Amino acid sequence: MSFRQPSILPGFGLTFGFTTFFLGAVVLLPLTALVVRTAMTDWHHVWDVVSSARALASYRLSFGASLLAASINAVFGFIIAWTLVRYDFPGRKIIDALIDMPFALPTAVSGIALTAVFAQNGWFGKYLEPFGIKVAYTWIGIVIALTLIGLPFVVRSVQPALAEVQRDLEDAAETLGAGRFYVFLRIILPTVLPSLATGFTMAFARAVGEYGSVIFIAGNLPLKTEITPLLIVIRLEEFDYGGAAALGFVMLLISFVMLLTINLLQAWGRRRLVGDRR
Amino acid sequence: MAGHGSNVHSAELASRPGRDGLMSALARWAFISVSLAFLAALLFAPLATVFVTAFGKGLGAYFASFSDSDTAAAIKLTLITAAIVVPLNTIFGLAASWAIAKFDFKGKSFLITLIDLPIAVSPVISGLVYVLMFGLQGWFGAWLQEHNISIIFALPGIVLATLFVTFPYVARELIPLMEQLGNDEEEAAITLGAGGWMTFFRVTLPKIRWGLVYGVILCNARAMGEFGAVSVVSGHIRGLTNTMPLHIEILYNEYAFVSAFAVASLLTLLAVATLVIKTLVEWRTGYRRRR
Repeated sequence: MSFRQPSILPGFGLTFGFTTFFLGAVVLLPLTALVVRTAMTDWHHVWDVVSSARALASYRLSFGASLLAASINAVFGFIIAWTLVRYDFPGRKIIDALIDMPFALPTAVSGIALTAVFAQNGWFGKYLEPFGIKVAYTWIGIVIALTLIGLPFVVRSVQPALAEVQRDLEDAAETLGAGRFYVFLRIILPTVLPSLATGFTMAFARAVGEYGSVIFIAGNLPLKTEITPLLIVIRLEEFDYGGAAALGFVMLLISFVMLLTINLLQAWGRRRLVGDRR
Repeated sequence: MAGHGSNVHSAELASRPGRDGLMSALARWAFISVSLAFLAALLFAPLATVFVTAFGKGLGAYFASFSDSDTAAAIKLTLITAAIVVPLNTIFGLAASWAIAKFDFKGKSFLITLIDLPIAVSPVISGLVYVLMFGLQGWFGAWLQEHNISIIFALPGIVLATLFVTFPYVARELIPLMEQLGNDEEEAAITLGAGGWMTFFRVTLPKIRWGLVYGVILCNARAMGEFGAVSVVSGHIRGLTNTMPLHIEILYNEYAFVSAFAVASLLTLLAVATLVIKTLVEWRTGYRRRR
């Protein structure tokens, strides 16, 4: 088999050539620079930076907060998707359109806005303060910022899958005496699960790398509220290019694993749907 | 499997026989209120606070924020950056979607994964990679300094970082759309003797124009709003290399809240406009993208 299937349409050489050239120049070459820079740095230094107490604390925070935020999104994202697909209420279309807001809103804006709302004298902060709950400048604030930016990924993954759930199956099951919870567990959840997992992973991947919305609300104390992307920036400001590259390399590896997971989950979802229809 | 709009279901729901109506009504009420409460706390309140703070000291103070020369410079730099980045990524998106959607070749899904890569990468890394190449201690750092060319801490660096971050957006809109529309009409045009460019401009472009519009608008919103990547390469030189999001950070850290939120309100309006256009495009085409 040749590289490409024959077609009467023209322009493959031009468009494919331009695509790979531009991709190489803008994305792949710079990413290679990161890998090479890490490889060329003294290995002791790489290990020191990557395994320092400060770096380990930042991984714990970045991954812990991202995992928590993605889990919150899995629950509330599902509820919101369900509400938008199954119920009609005034303003539904506007709410539906606004779900993409965190995606279109610059992260610096969501960062300062969330901080303003949750700071001690903010709209919500002043009611939480008497209970001793501090959100801004703590890990809770980080989780909230990461939840906001991950929300559209879960809702938009789950929505089309929920719309695909075969309502006649649900009706049939209920007619045959299945309870609501049983219907949810055996019919709705299996159809939606691959999409929910995809959305969860996308929200998680996005959260791990997030910078803009977090640094305003985080407080940025080393060992406590310092996320890994911020640590990269700090290393860079100290002109420790090798250290910054090493930390960046760790994050890049994680992104690759995430991307692979997302692709596998999507393939699983497609297989599942095809299977359902047979 | 393209997703459908969800309107069908609500109509269907209304006509369904009411099974234990009270429970259904309760469930409906619970789902809607939990959803709205969650969105209100996380999304609507922060959005409202942007405008409340920006206008908190009156209209005069709001507009005075923009008369500052550094703010004006930041707005100008953001517009210039977007004016360079968006056309480049649009041309890339059109080329990539033509090659990927119109032809079958080996490694196609791998190519799509590579195009999506910048979305999975932390914005900080998107900036870092260019510092490693063009920064003072980077690969080309010494050579660039000898020849007096500045890329990092200057416009070219900001453009490159923004280009990287917004790289996939137009392509991601167009590839699924063009795959869904198929090749029949293009093949007919070519068979009837039209040239490649003519086929593209007269057959393909009219079919994909709404998807293209949304891809470009989204790419533009992300380009104007990018913070992390630009922050790494910009150097934060006031009045020179500060884009709008970076300028917001500086104003905010100086406790100039009215000015910070006034600049933020412009970017918020841009985001709102982006979503309005997206919604119009979806109504127009009856087509919902899957992300």
